[in-house]
Amino acid sequence: MRESDVITIKIDGRPIATSAGKSVLQVAKENGIRIPTLCHLDGLSDVGVCRLCLVEIGGKLVTSCTTPVADGMEVRTDTEEIRQHRRTVLELIFAEGNHVCAFCPSNGNCELQDLACELGMEEVRVPYSYPRNRIDATHPRFLIDRDRCVLCGRCVRVCAEVEGAHTWDFAERGRSVRVITDLDIDWGDAGSCTDCGKCVEVCPTGAIIRKGAATAEMEKEPELVADLLERRGDV
Amino acid sequence: MEREILIEPVTRIEGHAKITVILDRDGNVSDARFHVTELRGFEKFCEGRTLWEMPSLTARICGICPVSHILASAKAGDAILAVAIPEAAELLRRLMNLGQLVQSHALSFFYLSAPDLLLGWDADPEGRNVLGLAGKEPELVRAGIRLRAFGQGVIDRLGGKRIHPAWAVPGGVNRPLSKDDRAWMLENIPEAKGTILKTLDLFKSAFDATARSALGEIPTMYMGLVGESGEWEHYSGYLRIVGPEGEIVVDRYDPAGYREVIAEASEEWTYLKFPFYRPLGYPDGVYRVGPLGRVNACDRFGTPLADAELEEFRGKTDRRSGRTIDYHYARLIEILAAIERMERLLSDERILSPHVRAEAGVNRTEGVGVHEAPRGTLFHRYVVDENGLIEEAEFIVSTGHNNLAMNATVREIARSYISEGKVTEGILNRIEGGIRAYDPCLSCSVHAIGQMPLRVDIVGPDGELVRRIVRDSQ
Ligand code: SF4
Repeated sequence: MRESDVITIKIDGRPIATSAGKSVLQVAKENGIRIPTLCHLDGLSDVGVCRLCLVEIGGKLVTSCTTPVADGMEVRTDTEEIRQHRRTVLELIFAEGNHVCAFCPSNGNCELQDLACELGMEEVRVPYSYPRNRIDATHPRFLIDRDRCVLCGRCVRVCAEVEGAHTWDFAERGRSVRVITDLDIDWGDAGSCTDCGKCVEVCPTGAIIRKGAATAEMEKEPELVADLLERRGDV
Repeated sequence: MEREILIEPVTRIEGHAKITVILDRDGNVSDARFHVTELRGFEKFCEGRTLWEMPSLTARICGICPVSHILASAKAGDAILAVAIPEAAELLRRLMNLGQLVQSHALSFFYLSAPDLLLGWDADPEGRNVLGLAGKEPELVRAGIRLRAFGQGVIDRLGGKRIHPAWAVPGGVNRPLSKDDRAWMLENIPEAKGTILKTLDLFKSAFDATARSALGEIPTMYMGLVGESGEWEHYSGYLRIVGPEGEIVVDRYDPAGYREVIAEASEEWTYLKFPFYRPLGYPDGVYRVGPLGRVNACDRFGTPLADAELEEFRGKTDRRSGRTIDYHYARLIEILAAIERMERLLSDERILSPHVRAEAGVNRTEGVGVHEAPRGTLFHRYVVDENGLIEEAEFIVSTGHNNLAMNATVREIARSYISEGKVTEGILNRIEGGIRAYDPCLSCSVHAIGQMPLRVDIVGPDGELVRRIVRDSQ
């Protein structure tokens, strides 16, 4: 089947004609069906790491951002089971960091906070892990507070795929995973960093922010990536 | 046999505390202690955070006077950025501090203390609260509530959020004042002024000099900030300490150097530290801060109505009032002074300037922020690394300064109202009233985890608990 071939799928019982090669998430979006996401960002590749865009296809839960549409596919986006799973995933994300919105520069402009409201997360049922992190404020203009990092990898992807610097990457495994700059040196010493600030704009939380931003002052523009690519004719 | 009396909880004060009265073998008071049993540990968990988060982070120390911590923190931040903040930013910060003073003092007086003062300490405890007072003095209570709302309204309009505004930042403030908001504030000033003048009259007619001895009198030193010419100050200026006769002990002192003047002691029976005047040592270096501290420290207010009140309060002598009840008197005069100052600030066109923030990086690694919180001089001192991350934070909070004096007050009241082991409800309330006069805000003054309500234990000379008096907080 070629990419331009018209196929038909059903999302929440609604028949939708679309073309092959798109992701379920993309098709849902085009048709005004809301699926919560965190690691996905228009313009960047999809990696399916945050697990918030879970949908049900053929009795299985899959990430809609990494699942291509196929003819005759039946997708359910909003069952009680899906909602439960999304909430649990979100609680795990909160429990993994140290999120104190009260003094966070992203308070009020935070995708994670918005998701907590949207998904009706009223408590975190798993124990908090209270990791001990050190803020890296060695870069002259930006800083990273790993207490608020959700490991979505948007910084890693925007830096590698759009800026071409590949300053950011992941280190370690399992619960020890964290984002690093260059070969795990201070950001201020990372020679590959071009100081462009794209990672600041795409970070969905208060993890990567502008230095000097006080509580609730950090507003970001993640749409910038798609805009940039469009202007470059590089969609 | 020595016995101990414990009052628990002290109702209508913020936070949790406990009092122990120690009796001697004849049942008379040999000592009394005011324990603070809540540990908070803020100094520790600020370590590693950024300078720019500190105003909002330290605002969480207290739900009653977050504005005070925000301002002290932002000032410490200014010192670390080494910037002179824009003129309008200073005017706005001053305005907010005055709004805070009005709302906090109004809360202390009308909601927490007026029931005792105006209904009497021996009135039925059921009705001895703001609701009971509203039944007897509806006008006064309504006006008091509106006065507090005015102070909060000022904070609200400046900061955009009443309890924990993320507004003052290192380098200035993050939002200028709008014309509409200024107009609202100016419109509300006449009513606020009328209320406080009436309340002052009522207080003065209810409490002549004799009645004002009810909670005892202790001669101490008094500390507060004063301006260039010795006038009452709340936001900047010099540290001044005066003695009981009004004699100058410390003057024109840069508050950033406070550690030369003030040291802290601690005792195993309380989490609240005991700051003392360093040259006199512990526990002799007792001084008091807050309304009475400031009013006693200054030469004048510098505004006409407050100055007239000060003249009447002080009479013809230089001697400073050491009466604990006069905290309330001083608090009312300060509300008046604050309203007059607000009016003056709001009439200054410069307050509308959109330039309210100086941008700078970290230029120094240590900074001190000092100003007058409603309950007294508040110090924030930070040491940061070259990137602005906190390495060390120290807070000397208002209630702490008064710790030695509060203990002395409790001891004095206990001595004059408890003899031969006899205690009545009214007497216990006087002890509470003595503490309430200082308006202690215990949630900010202690470095602690967990909560314990305040109660009074009576213990004997051999340490045995003779009686424990516990009441539910209201
Ligand atoms: S990153 Fe978002 S969720 Fe985390 S503390 Fe900041 S505002 Fe709250």
